[in-house]
Amino acid sequence: MNHLSAIFGHIGGTLLLLVRTLKFAGTLPRQRARFIEQCYLIGYTSLPIVTILSFFIGSVLALQSGYSMENFGAKQFIGTLVGLTMARELGPVMVAILIAGRVGSAITAELASMKVYQEIDALVTMNIPPERMLVLPRLAAILVMMPVLAIIANLCGWYGGALVCQYTHSISVDSESYFSALKTYMKPRDIIDGLVKAEFFGFVIVLVCCYIGLNTRGGPREIGVSLTKAIVTSLILILVLDYFVTKGLLLIS
Amino acid sequence: MSPSYTASPFVGKTVGVTVANVSKAYDNTMVLHNVSLEVRPGEIFCLMGPSGSGKTVLLKQVAGLETPTSGEVRIGEFSAADPDIREKVHTALVFQAGALFNSLSVYDNLALYPREHRMGTEAEIREQVMHALAILSLERAAERMPSELSGGMKKRVAIARALVMEPQLLLYDEPTAELDPILSATISEIIATLREEIAVTSLVVTHDRNLALGIADRIAIIMDGRIRATGTPADFHHHPDPVIANFLNPVIDPKNPRFKQLENSHE
Repeated sequence: MNHLSAIFGHIGGTLLLLVRTLKFAGTLPRQRARFIEQCYLIGYTSLPIVTILSFFIGSVLALQSGYSMENFGAKQFIGTLVGLTMARELGPVMVAILIAGRVGSAITAELASMKVYQEIDALVTMNIPPERMLVLPRLAAILVMMPVLAIIANLCGWYGGALVCQYTHSISVDSESYFSALKTYMKPRDIIDGLVKAEFFGFVIVLVCCYIGLNTRGGPREIGVSLTKAIVTSLILILVLDYFVTKGLLLIS
Repeated sequence: MSPSYTASPFVGKTVGVTVANVSKAYDNTMVLHNVSLEVRPGEIFCLMGPSGSGKTVLLKQVAGLETPTSGEVRIGEFSAADPDIREKVHTALVFQAGALFNSLSVYDNLALYPREHRMGTEAEIREQVMHALAILSLERAAERMPSELSGGMKKRVAIARALVMEPQLLLYDEPTAELDPILSATISEIIATLREEIAVTSLVVTHDRNLALGIADRIAIIMDGRIRATGTPADFHHHPDPVIANFLNPVIDPKNPRFKQLENSHE
C-alpha cells in the first residue's frame, strides 16, 4: 500500500513539475542559448551512437529475416519488413533507450548533484525557478531533437539492411529491389507514427529524469541512487508506454 | 573595501525578521520547539548553538526554503510563506559551502541574478558585478571557475553573489566554518563592513564565538531546538547559565573527556 501511494505521489509530482515548467513556456525565446546548448548535448553528441547502433540493428534485422523469408520465397519483401519495423518500432524505441541511458542519466546526475550541493536552493533564494532555467530548455530541446534522431536512425537502419541484403550471398537482394519494396508498402503514416512515439518517449524520459534529479535528498551517495532510479524508471516507461502508444496510434489510424 | 555599493531602490531599506512560535518536525522528529526571536532592521544578529541544535533549520525557515510545521516567520511586514515574498523583499542567503554554480565562472555566478531578472544591459551588469567583486577584493578571480578557488575565496564569492542581489536581508549559514582563524576574522570584518556600507540586516548562524562576540549587535543561543538565551555580546562574556558558559568557553580536560561522559549517559 505504501509503495502504491509512493508511485501515485511520484506521478503527481512529475505532473506538477510539468505544469510548473509549462507556466514559463513564454520565457523560452530569451533562453535561446540554453536551448541551443541542450539541443547540442541531446542531439549532436548522441548522433554517433544513434548512427552506429541503428545501422547494425537494420543490418541484423535484414540478416535474420533474410534467412527466414527465403524459406517462404518472400525475400523480395525484406525491404518492407526492415523499413516498417525500423520506422514504426525499432527506430523510436532504440533511440529512446539510447537517450535514456545517455542523456537522461546525464540530466539526473547534473540536477541531483546541484540539489545535493545546494545549487538548487541557491537558485530558489535568487528567485530563479529551477523549472524555468533547468527543465524548460531540456524539454524544448528533446522535442526538437527526438524526431531528428529518429529519422536518422530510420535512414541508417534502412541502409544497413540494404547493404546486408546486397552483399550477403545467401540473400542477394539488390538495393533497387530492396528500396522498391520498402517504398511500395510503406505509407507516410508509418513514419509519422514512429516520430510521434519518439517524441512521446523523449518527453517522458526528460521529464522523469528532471523530476528524479530535482527530488534527490541526502548526500552524494544519493546521486548514484537517483541515477539508477532514473534509468530504470525510464526504461520501464519506454517499454510500457510503447504498447499503449502503439495501440492508441493503431486505433486512430 | 574602498568602493561603496551602488545604491538601488532596495539597498538601504533594511527589514526586520520576526520568528513567532516556530516549530519544525521532520517525520516524527521535532527539530525546533516554539522558537521566537526578533531581528531588528539593520542589526547583525548571531544565532549560536552546538551542532545539531537546529540553527540551520531555523535559517531555512527564514530563507523560505522550508515551511514551519507551526508558527510564522515574518520578514518586514510580509510573511515568509507569501509566494511573492522574493519580489517584495530581497533576501540573500550565503550558504555554508558557498553553493556556487560549478559550471559557471565566478563572473557568471554573479551575473546570473541580474541577467535572469533583466536588471540592465550587459555593460551595466558587468559594472555591477565587477563592483561587487571589488568590494570583496576578488576582481582578479572573475574568470576563474569555482573548482579553482580556495575555501575562503569561495565564501567571499558567495557573499559577492549575494551582494549583486541588492539584499535588504543577508542570511549567513556558518560563514566561517572550515576556515583558519585569519580567514574567519576576515569574513567577520566583511560582514561588519557590509552592514556599514549597504545598511543591510544580517542574520548569522554560527558557532564561531569570536565572530559572534566580535561583530554581533545581539546574540541568541539555541540548544536542542529551543532558544536558551538572548542578549548583547556583553551579556555573554560571563554568562550565569553554566551550560551557555561551558558552550562559549569549553575547558579541555583530557582526564575527564566529554565523549566518555556522553557514553556513560547513554548506558
